Amino acid sequence: MSASRRVFLRMAATAATAAAAGSALGCAAASPSRRRLAMAIDVGKCLEIPGCRACIDACHVAHNVPAIPDRAHEVKWIWKEPFERAFSVQQPDTLPAALRGSEVLVFCNHCDNPPCVRVCPTQATWRRDDGVVAIDEHRCIGCRYCVAACPYGSRSFNFVDPRPFVPHPTTDYPMRTKGVVEKCNLCEERLAAGRLPACVEACPARAMIFGDLDDRGSEIRTLLNERYAVRRRPELGTRPQVYYVI
Amino acid sequence: MRKRLLVLGGLALFVALATWPAWRALAWSVPPAPRLARPVGATECVAPTDFMRASHMKLLIEWRDRVVRDGVRTYIDRNGRAVTMSLSKTCIGSCHTDKTKFCDRCHDYAGVKPTCWDCHVVTAPAPVVSAALGDAR
Repeated sequence: MSASRRVFLRMAATAATAAAAGSALGCAAASPSRRRLAMAIDVGKCLEIPGCRACIDACHVAHNVPAIPDRAHEVKWIWKEPFERAFSVQQPDTLPAALRGSEVLVFCNHCDNPPCVRVCPTQATWRRDDGVVAIDEHRCIGCRYCVAACPYGSRSFNFVDPRPFVPHPTTDYPMRTKGVVEKCNLCEERLAAGRLPACVEACPARAMIFGDLDDRGSEIRTLLNERYAVRRRPELGTRPQVYYVI
Repeated sequence: MRKRLLVLGGLALFVALATWPAWRALAWSVPPAPRLARPVGATECVAPTDFMRASHMKLLIEWRDRVVRDGVRTYIDRNGRAVTMSLSKTCIGSCHTDKTKFCDRCHDYAGVKPTCWDCHVVTAPAPVVSAALGDAR
């Protein structure tokens, strides 16, 4: 009897060691991230064309974002916010006069430490290895925890059926349905096809720069090396990946 | 004796009522299977017809998870053909171009209402915007 117990214990110890080694190897084998996608907005260039909505329109057409006039039910992926509101905490007295009262583009920051992902009870939203904070609309149960968790208000909930508000839906991208949350997906469907995000492509002033921060030679890396950039509410520790070059 | 007759009669009535659906099914003919529009040009699907008829949702759900979760967009079918995993672009877009004559006919016949089409746009409907505004309020 004691011999069989010894055998059992030995087997258990071997299995535990093997499991520990396996998980350690697994951690080591998984590369941290091959790409770190980010966006930079040259605020000065963005303000060159007053009233420009090229990026917003391009995004909303490409993703079947409904134009719901009722602000309580509004759905938006990218929009303009007064500078003072977008950067409510960092408001230096020496803010350039051009920025005072001006509007900046805001959208999902695709945070490195996204609070929306942490609170999602169904893992419908997650951060991909390349940095895109994605949503699986099939799995979203519409609890809106993520809407509450996002400090940037980047997420919209579909309170009403969005379909009537998209007069000419594109078949290239699915719509959403009543009861799910949606937001900017950094055009992951276009990235997969080797294209730039729709907003970047549409910007007539070339004020939006998209790229890989881990690529030393990328345009966004070069720009951020040369110019000063701020991020929205960095004090929250979400590590947003949308940089505003001012 | 009179009571026995009553009991037997009641039993017979119960059996007749309980088996009524079976008798009805025997008596009434099953509605004919729907006629589905065959794709023009394409000769074979990504999987055998029997599998697709019974389990196309299994395939679509696997496609969904691989595209959305893993970012894999190409499916290699049994003949080594590479297809894009997309309901609206591949299934509807290039083979079963008229959803109403293929998907809908069978779904109506079987009495199922898949919610796929709530989001996956296959045809562009022409909504009346003013009516839609009224609905939202």
